[in-house]
Amino acid sequence: MKRSVVEAIEKRSMDAVFPDKDVFRTISVDDVIALSDSFSVKQREIEIFALENSIIPNRYARNVKSFSCKDQAKLLKSKVSIAGLGGLGGAVVEMLARSGIGCLNLIDGDKFDETNLNRQLISCEDLIGISKAQAAKKRIAKINSSVEIFAHPEFLDRTNAKNLLEGSDVVIDCLDNIETRFVIEKNSRELGIPFVSAAIAGFSGHVMTVFPQDDGICTIYGHAEDAPQKGAEDSTGNLSATVMLIAACECAEVYKVLLNKGRTLRKKFLAVDLIDNTFEIVRL
Amino acid sequence: MAHFITIKLFASLGKYAPADHERYRIESGISVRDLLNTLNIPEDQAKLIFINSVKSTLSSVLKGGERVGIFPPVGGG
Repeated sequence: MKRSVVEAIEKRSMDAVFPDKDVFRTISVDDVIALSDSFSVKQREIEIFALENSIIPNRYARNVKSFSCKDQAKLLKSKVSIAGLGGLGGAVVEMLARSGIGCLNLIDGDKFDETNLNRQLISCEDLIGISKAQAAKKRIAKINSSVEIFAHPEFLDRTNAKNLLEGSDVVIDCLDNIETRFVIEKNSRELGIPFVSAAIAGFSGHVMTVFPQDDGICTIYGHAEDAPQKGAEDSTGNLSATVMLIAACECAEVYKVLLNKGRTLRKKFLAVDLIDNTFEIVRL
Repeated sequence: MAHFITIKLFASLGKYAPADHERYRIESGISVRDLLNTLNIPEDQAKLIFINSVKSTLSSVLKGGERVGIFPPVGGG
């Protein structure tokens, strides 16, 4: 079966040229979809087979000078959970779907309202009152139909966290309160899953990566029982530019954790303030 | 001899920043808690303190020459 799929992929592949003039074999989006249909194999598996045979799905052609074919295949085999689909979460989902993370697990019980429109990428005027999880699912399907999506239109809490997060390779915190961040961290830790956490307020934001054996977010918020439920964002609001930047930092952390490359913000904390362009990495 | 520090206050704490935060005069040997009191920053808003990019505490001592960053609890997404 796999052999005949690979032969069909090779047959449909063609030569293409990178901007730096390197030549590569590629396969189009339409051909991936057609092969998925004719062999009843998931699109992302067609793409993984292609990459394992040095054929780069055209949709990832601009990824693979930074990611190898092996890296891209690894991303396609990965499952990432996103808790919170507002400002950070909407942008994170957009970037991870385009990057070719194979499986996205979306968690948010909220619905869009008009105050979301200033920054939440998935929100639109015609989606007011619509479930954020369902809207994100539709958005991803339009961007990259190879991504498998699990949409949970429910709020993560102590009772459901473990079930919702189990089986993830990385969990991303895109929440809008401090209290639930501790719930995600505790459950990620118990499940042995790395956890990328970020938060914003006004022009400021921070990002960190927590592995199960690390001290984690208590290093920035204090102990869970003493931490406030909400933070400075109640008095500063949430700006689009800050959200997008910090979401991008979270996605870059996800790449590095999944691919075990580069230097992550583990046991560190990136502090950003766009009001004066402060970017500071703090050792925790 | 006069001693100076640089103060960077993030998010909602920005309003407490003195005009001379880039070169703020201190008595050598004061603690971060002393600094907060002088600037009228509530202690519960100074959860994350860093001196020269290393996490520090309210009782950390400032000698002059340091860069002090303070982040309030932030939870927006």
